[in-house]
Amino acid sequence: MKTNSYWGRPRRSLLYIPGNNPGMIQNCAIYGSDGVLLDLEDSISISEKDSARKLVKHALLSLDFGSVERIVRINGRDTPFFEADLADIVPAAPEAIRLPKVDSATDVLEADRIISRIEAERGLTPGSVGIQAMLETARAIVNVNSIAAASPRLVGLTLGGQDLAADLGIKATKEGLELLFAKSAVILAAKANGLDAFDTVYTDVADLEGLAQAAALSVSLGFTGKAAIHPSQIPVIHAAFAPERKEVAKAAKVVAAAKEAENRGLGVIAVDGKMVDAPVVAQASRILELARLAGMEVPEL
Amino acid sequence: MNFDCVKNSLGRLVPREVPGLGDLAPFAGAYARLDGSYVWTPAPRTRKVPAPSTNKVASSLRQAIERSGLANGMTISFHHHLRNGDAVVDIVLSELEKMGIRDLTLAPSSLGDSHDCVADAIRKGVVSRLNTSGVRGEVGKAITNGLLETPAIIRSHGGRARAIEEGSLHIDVAFLAAPACDRLGNMTGSAGKTACGSMGYAIHDAKYADHVIAVTDNLVAYPLSPHISVPQYLVDQVVVVDSIGDPSQIATGATRITRDPVQLRIAELAFELIRSSGYIKENCSFQTGGGGPSLAVARFVRDYMKSENIIGGYCIGGITGYMADMLKEGLFRSLFDVQSFDAAVTSSIAGNPYHMEADVSWYANPFNKGCLVNDLDVVVLAALDVDVDFNVDVLTGHDGVLRGASGGHSDTAAGAKLSVITIPSMRNGVPSIRERVQTVVTPGETVDVIVTEKGIAINPLREDLLAKAKDAGLPVGDIRRLKSEIERTTGIPDDVEFTDQIVGLVEYRDGTIIDSIRKVK
Repeated sequence: MKTNSYWGRPRRSLLYIPGNNPGMIQNCAIYGSDGVLLDLEDSISISEKDSARKLVKHALLSLDFGSVERIVRINGRDTPFFEADLADIVPAAPEAIRLPKVDSATDVLEADRIISRIEAERGLTPGSVGIQAMLETARAIVNVNSIAAASPRLVGLTLGGQDLAADLGIKATKEGLELLFAKSAVILAAKANGLDAFDTVYTDVADLEGLAQAAALSVSLGFTGKAAIHPSQIPVIHAAFAPERKEVAKAAKVVAAAKEAENRGLGVIAVDGKMVDAPVVAQASRILELARLAGMEVPEL
Repeated sequence: MNFDCVKNSLGRLVPREVPGLGDLAPFAGAYARLDGSYVWTPAPRTRKVPAPSTNKVASSLRQAIERSGLANGMTISFHHHLRNGDAVVDIVLSELEKMGIRDLTLAPSSLGDSHDCVADAIRKGVVSRLNTSGVRGEVGKAITNGLLETPAIIRSHGGRARAIEEGSLHIDVAFLAAPACDRLGNMTGSAGKTACGSMGYAIHDAKYADHVIAVTDNLVAYPLSPHISVPQYLVDQVVVVDSIGDPSQIATGATRITRDPVQLRIAELAFELIRSSGYIKENCSFQTGGGGPSLAVARFVRDYMKSENIIGGYCIGGITGYMADMLKEGLFRSLFDVQSFDAAVTSSIAGNPYHMEADVSWYANPFNKGCLVNDLDVVVLAALDVDVDFNVDVLTGHDGVLRGASGGHSDTAAGAKLSVITIPSMRNGVPSIRERVQTVVTPGETVDVIVTEKGIAINPLREDLLAKAKDAGLPVGDIRRLKSEIERTTGIPDDVEFTDQIVGLVEYRDGTIIDSIRKVK
C-alpha cells in the first residue's frame, strides 16, 4: 500500500536545480514545473558536495515550495557521499530521493534500509520518503524488472540517457531513438509495478522545437513525466502531455458513464452502446486530469 | 532641517520655502488640483524678432553660445533622446567651462549613464542648480552627498512640461541634439547615424526656451524632408559638431524578451491580472516600457489580442520595436511616440503614418486641455521599491543614493484606469516591499496593483479588480502578508541613515512637493 504523499500528484515535469545555487533554489515555487530535482550529484563539484547538501537540507526545512514536489538527487551508492546525503536529506522529508547509478535491486534495498532507519529515528511516517531509481547502465536495464519490484518504497524509475549511451558505447542523439528499447523496458517495468516512469533530459536548451518532438515521443511511449534542465523547457513538456480536445470529450463521456453506472448500482459500464472496462475508465480519468493540468476546459462530472 | 518643513498629505516632511525656488506647496493628493476648479497661468513669453538675413548656422559652438546671450546664473536645457549615447551635454558643459560661464541651472529632460560629466560641472561651479527627471552614477552620488547648495528638483515628464509652460522652469537656452538638421533648423530624430526616433521632449523645449540651438553632426540640404520633428520657426541657431553621440548606446532599449524565469513569472502574473480586469478589449490603449518583464507582458498581450481578434486603439509612451511590430500587425490602430526605446522604431516613425510623434506636454502634462495618459486604459510600470501603502520609489537605491528616474511613472499611474507595478520580490537579497519607501515618486492612491513573482497585491481602493482577480483564480493577497512572506527569506534590512539636510525635492506632476531627498550619513 503506497501511503506516501507522493501519490495523486502531477509529475509531468521535474526541473533540475543545482543544489549549490541559492538564487535558483529559493525560486523553486515559481518555475511552473510539477516537481523539482534538487541536485547533489552531477552538477555539484567534489569540493562543493558538503555545502550543497547543507543548503538543500535547509532549503527543504525553511522554504515554501508551494505545490511543487521536492525530490533530491543524491550521490550514488558507489560514492563516499551516499550515506551523508541520506543522513542530512531524509530528516528534511522530501517527497522522494532520486537515487542515481542503480544497477540492481540491492542498490534500492540498501537505500531503503538506511532511509527506513532514519525515518524511525526521526519519527517520520514509515515509507514517507520515496525512492526514484535512476538506471544508467546496460546492467541496470537488464535488471530492470527486479529493480522495479525491489521495494514498496520505490515510486518511480528513470533513465540516465547520457551515461547509458556511454555505457552502451553509442552516441546519444537529440532524438534519443537509440535508447528506444531501454526506454520501453523501463516503462514496462514501471507500469507493471505501479510506478512512475520518467524520461531523460533534453540537453539542448536553445532548441525548444526539438524538445517538443522528443517530449511527444516520451508521451507516446508511456512515460509519465520528463526531466527538464531549464525553466523554458517546462511549458513545452506540459504541452506534450496535454491531451487533444477530442480525447478529452471522449474521456469525459467514459467517466460520466462510469459514475452513472456506479450510482445506479450497475456492474456494466456502457458508452454509446459499447461496453467499457475498468482500465479504460482509469485511462479516461487520467486524461481528464491531464486536461485540467493543461488548463483545458473539462466538463464538470 | 536646513529648511522650514511641513508634513504633506502622505506624512512626508517637505520644505515650505527654499531660497531661489520660492514658496513651495506640499502634496495634497494626486487629484487635488484636477477637480476642474484649479486655475493656472501659463507664463508669457518674450521673443526677439530676428532679422531675416541672419545666418542661423554658427561657425562654432562658442560662437553660438556667445550669440545666444547666455550668461552666469541662467538656465540651460537638453533632451535625453540620445539616452546613454548622448555626447551633447558633455560637449556644451566643457565649452561653457572654458568660456568661464558659471552658476547655471541645468534642466535637461533627464540624465543617464553617459552624464557623469555633470557631477564634474557641479564641482567646478559651472552648474549650481539641477532640475531633471532622472540621475544615475556620479550625479546621483553628488546630489545625495549634498554637493548642491540648492536642492535638486526631480520632476516627472508631465510635470516638467507643466513647469516649463507655467514658467516655474524658465529655459534661457536649449541645446537640442539633432540627428538630422538643415541650415534653418528643421530637425528630426528619425534620420542620420545617431537616429533616436521621436523627439518628443525636444519639441517642448524648442517651443518654450527663449533661445534654441540645434546641435547636429548631420547637416542636410534644406529642406529636411519628409519628416520634421522640430520646425525651423522655433530654432535660433544651428551648430555642427563632429559627433552628437554614440549610436550603439542610443538604442539600448531591450529588444529581446527576457528569459529570466523570475521576470517571466512576474510578466505572466501581470498579464493574467490585466486579462482578468477586462481592460484589454476593442479600442483599448496600452503602455509598457522596455526593461525587465515589460516586453514579456507585451508578448502575452499580443498573443491574447491575436487569439481573441481584438484590435486596440493605441499604444503610447516609450515605444519599442515590439510595439512598432504590433502596430504593423494591426493589433493597435496607432502609436503615440514621445520617446523611442530602440533602433527598430526609427524606420517605423519615419515611414508609418500611424506611428505618430507626440510632444511631452501632449503625452503627460496634467494641466493642459487633455494629455494622452489621461485616456490610458492599462499601464505596466517597474519600480525600485514599493510600500504597504502602494507608494512607489523609482529613485533611491537600497543605499539611499539617487539612481533612477521619475520619468512618466507618476503621470501614467495617475492617468491610467489600471496601473500595474511589476517588481521582483527581492533584489540581491533585499526585499522590495517596504513598510515605507525611502522616496515617494508615485503616490499609492494612483497605483492599482503590485505584481511580484510570489504573488499579487491589489490596492484596497480597487475592490472591483480584487473581485475579478479572485474569480480568475490569481494568487492575490494582502500586501502586508506578501511582505512578511518575502521577509521570511530576506529578513528586514536596517534602514539607511540620513542626515536632516534636504538635498533634493520630488515635485509631483501638479507642482506640489511629494517628498524630500536627504543627505546620506
